[in-house]
Amino acid sequence: MAISQDAHTVKQFDVQLANLRSLVLEMGGLVEEQIKHAIQALDDEDLAAAREVIARDQVINGLQVKADEDCVSIIALRQPLGSDLRLIMSLSRIVTDLERIGDEAEKIARMTIKTYDGDLSPPSAKLLRDVKPMAKLAVDMLHNALDSLARLDVEEAVAVAQGDDELDQEFQSALRRLITYMMEDTRTIGQAISVIFIIKALERIGDHSKNIAEYLIYLVRGKDVRHASMDALVQGALED
Amino acid sequence: MSTPALETQVALNGALNRRAPRPQSASVQVTDYDNRQTVGKLTVDNPKMACRDVNVYYGQKHAIKNVSLDIGANEVIAFIGPSGCGKSTFIRCLNRMNDTIPTARITGLIKLDDDDIHAKEIDVVQLRARVGMVFQKPNPFPKSIYENVAYGPRIHGMVNTKAELDDLVRESLERAGLIKEVEKRMLEPGTSLSGGQQQRLCIARAIAVNPEVILMDEPCSALDPIATAKIEELIDELRENYTIVIVTHSMQQAARVSQRTAYFHLGDLIEIGDTDQIFTNPRHKLTEDYITGRFG
Repeated sequence: MAISQDAHTVKQFDVQLANLRSLVLEMGGLVEEQIKHAIQALDDEDLAAAREVIARDQVINGLQVKADEDCVSIIALRQPLGSDLRLIMSLSRIVTDLERIGDEAEKIARMTIKTYDGDLSPPSAKLLRDVKPMAKLAVDMLHNALDSLARLDVEEAVAVAQGDDELDQEFQSALRRLITYMMEDTRTIGQAISVIFIIKALERIGDHSKNIAEYLIYLVRGKDVRHASMDALVQGALED
Repeated sequence: MSTPALETQVALNGALNRRAPRPQSASVQVTDYDNRQTVGKLTVDNPKMACRDVNVYYGQKHAIKNVSLDIGANEVIAFIGPSGCGKSTFIRCLNRMNDTIPTARITGLIKLDDDDIHAKEIDVVQLRARVGMVFQKPNPFPKSIYENVAYGPRIHGMVNTKAELDDLVRESLERAGLIKEVEKRMLEPGTSLSGGQQQRLCIARAIAVNPEVILMDEPCSALDPIATAKIEELIDELRENYTIVIVTHSMQQAARVSQRTAYFHLGDLIEIGDTDQIFTNPRHKLTEDYITGRFG
């Protein structure tokens, strides 16, 4: 472990860092709920629930602003160095990715409303068959990424990063199936495009979760593994 | 500029061999408090000074324990560490200031270019002209501003005429960034200047004898932030012509002015490396705890 878990001489600094971490984890929990609610609303064709998801995105945006303010304030007042500096930088970036995941959940909710609240006939179960398994993968990735952050667990972060490939492959397969349906029956094109937007949102959630895992690796190991090959990422994260 | 001498390399190898195996991998994270082997790269490609297996004892007290490191030409290297860690003791070894302490005993090799500074033929007065020093508290001589700077060149016989001396004094004050503030008051006492000006006067005094290395022992700890910024800017400019070693309690200052940083702890050199690496991703737990303010 490259990060000291010992207390700072200035106890107020520990309090500030602990509060910031809690805030980010709280935001992460909320974002995770947003995806689940958005998918549930789609599944239940529940427009009211979808509108709630859209409304709640404001809360997440508010938490992002608050967390960023706290980061700036800690940098200004404490001049963090070493792992403290990496913690602040990582949390500040994680917050950005969480906010974007929140936006993706909101997109899914908007698609739900568009799909079920118009003249269009709703998409068939066949078109939607990839949404739930992909949503499960995406939510698991985010959950585990947040878990790795809470426990500073690089091995779990590596597993999250590796999981992104599976989600990407699921997305490609789903896309191929949807294209097949559209070619078979052009009347499904409108609905299929809505579904594509939804699965694209899920695929993006995977990318953001992978980013969070990479920031965690930077935080713990001090190595920037963004844009690296998976081999380099694993090596950077696990080699001691 | 001297090339790294072969014997320096041999001495280094000797130093390394006498110790237990040193972790070499760049990714090593030393989390063991009891591990006091130096982490990081001790050597540089173009050393100005090379220290090998330096030990300092004050009577029974072992103040510096087997420290080896290079000081690169035209680099600013910062020594940091908690009080009593030996960083001031070590910097004072570099121009034999510890010679003035009767109980101090020094072993090991310290070289300035190719010269062993403890060799018999070395004149310590000459050595201190080549390796100048600026102290924590500005300590101008109780003389005029002009005389403060002129004193060194005069006793070292560096000039022949009054005009040459005038030029040298002016040039030194200019390099120290003080000339504009003092050119109309050269004959006033050095002590009439503000703290920050006095410190720059001391730097001008050190520069006047044309040193190769300037040692600074907490040069800004008695100064306000603006005077500190002026000194830091000056350090950056002086780097072009001199090698600078600075001891500082301010980690932000070490981060701002230096290219390499060495962390001392209870007489051991714990970690040395690029300043950027030391302050973002230190490899030894003691360094990490010190720079993040977790020190026991």
